[in-house]
Amino acid sequence: MNDTHSVGENGHLKVRITHKAFTAASGERFDVLRDICFDLGRSEVGALVGPSGCGKTTILRIIAGLDIDFSGTITSPLSGRLGMVFQEPRLLPWRTVNDNVRLVAPSIAPEMLASLFQVLDLEAHCLHYPSELSVGLARRVALARALAIDPALLLLDEPLVSLDDALAERLLAQLATLIETRPITTLLVTHDLQEAVRLADRIFLLSARPAQIVAEIPLATPRSTRSEQEITKIVDEISNRISSHW
Amino acid sequence: MVRLISLTLFLAIWWLASLFAGPQMLPGPVKVLTAIAVQAQSGDLFFQLGVTLARVLAAFTIAMIAGTAIGLLMGRVKIADRIGDPWLIVLLNLPALVIIVLAFIWGGLTEIAGVLAVAINKLPNTVVAVREGARALDTSLDEMARVFAVPRGKFFWHVVLPQLAPYLVAAGRSGLSLVWKIVLIVELLGRPNGIGFQIGVAFQLFDVTLILAYALAFVTVILIIETAVVQPIERHAFRWRKRAP
Repeated sequence: MNDTHSVGENGHLKVRITHKAFTAASGERFDVLRDICFDLGRSEVGALVGPSGCGKTTILRIIAGLDIDFSGTITSPLSGRLGMVFQEPRLLPWRTVNDNVRLVAPSIAPEMLASLFQVLDLEAHCLHYPSELSVGLARRVALARALAIDPALLLLDEPLVSLDDALAERLLAQLATLIETRPITTLLVTHDLQEAVRLADRIFLLSARPAQIVAEIPLATPRSTRSEQEITKIVDEISNRISSHW
Repeated sequence: MVRLISLTLFLAIWWLASLFAGPQMLPGPVKVLTAIAVQAQSGDLFFQLGVTLARVLAAFTIAMIAGTAIGLLMGRVKIADRIGDPWLIVLLNLPALVIIVLAFIWGGLTEIAGVLAVAINKLPNTVVAVREGARALDTSLDEMARVFAVPRGKFFWHVVLPQLAPYLVAAGRSGLSLVWKIVLIVELLGRPNGIGFQIGVAFQLFDVTLILAYALAFVTVILIIETAVVQPIERHAFRWRKRAP
């Protein structure tokens, strides 16, 4: 296993995973990932799109350094500053919203934190405990926490999953604003094409397990100027292409 | 209100029983309370209470800190658990008296030997409770802390300790009562002062009044600690739970 994590320059993320396998409880080994190789430039937003269970989360875990049992190398732009939003919010139930964010970002300026809470509509909930929050709110706190550390790399694992449409729409807009206003290299994992097309600069389509990258689609129009028709058109185009793979 | 009735009932039964048994075998509540007052006036009561309480707190603190450290290690590191488990079983089943007597033989009739003997008696219970807590630690929060590079000290204080709190409270609750009972035996066997020593003296004189006076005084002290110290700490540690819907 040549699991190497090194720090790249200029906020560049370079992922070269040649192979990753899991051992099941029965002792049987099965392949999850094969030849996942891609690059993200500084402050670029990439989206990994693939069917459920294809190993998308595993890719994020490998990049985050949580899973080191793989073959390949990761060159990440993190100089210790990695922000991650897990699929579940993973907040400390015994700390308030404020304290949850401050735990990972103790040196954040009060104005910064206030503006972050304002964009995410969390001002009224600063002193609440996670058990008092809805799923959508908790998700937003997790996002605030990841951004509070002013990350060089932001990893988002299905940030909108299990939210109702209206809520997902709002968080999507907030997310777009947030990544638009900060130079953060972002990698997003989702099974929802719509979401990927709205947020990403570059989409990587994954096959079913063992996951491989079947296509890399750069989106030419800048995120902020993409119209509804354009988004629908791109989504339709990609859906046609992937129907054969999924 | 119910508590008050319950307490009155207890005093009534005590008083009735004392009428039947006679003041030699079981002195009534008034006589015992008077004895407490007399001991308090001479200052002797507070000295003995203080000495015993100091030993209780010292042994309790040592047992809780060492027990938490060992329990965490055994709950988190498999090899430590496998090495430590037989020791733990031996320690759990070793009678308090054996540990105390050996401590006094090996360490002399000293304060340190006495306090350590009590701490060693309490230690395995704490280890068992904390080990259970350490096994139940949430790995998803672990990973969160790793990704965000939360420093070790903060990780322990904000992530690990709150998860161990229910186990520590349980260990502490049972620990306080266990420790003070064992401290009394230590004092009876090898210390020249403290409630245990006084009860030993009273036993030789067959002075039941004095035995009850000292026991009652110390139970009251423990009750005060429980309501004035343990319960507020517990309320603070679990404040986040109460507001849950």
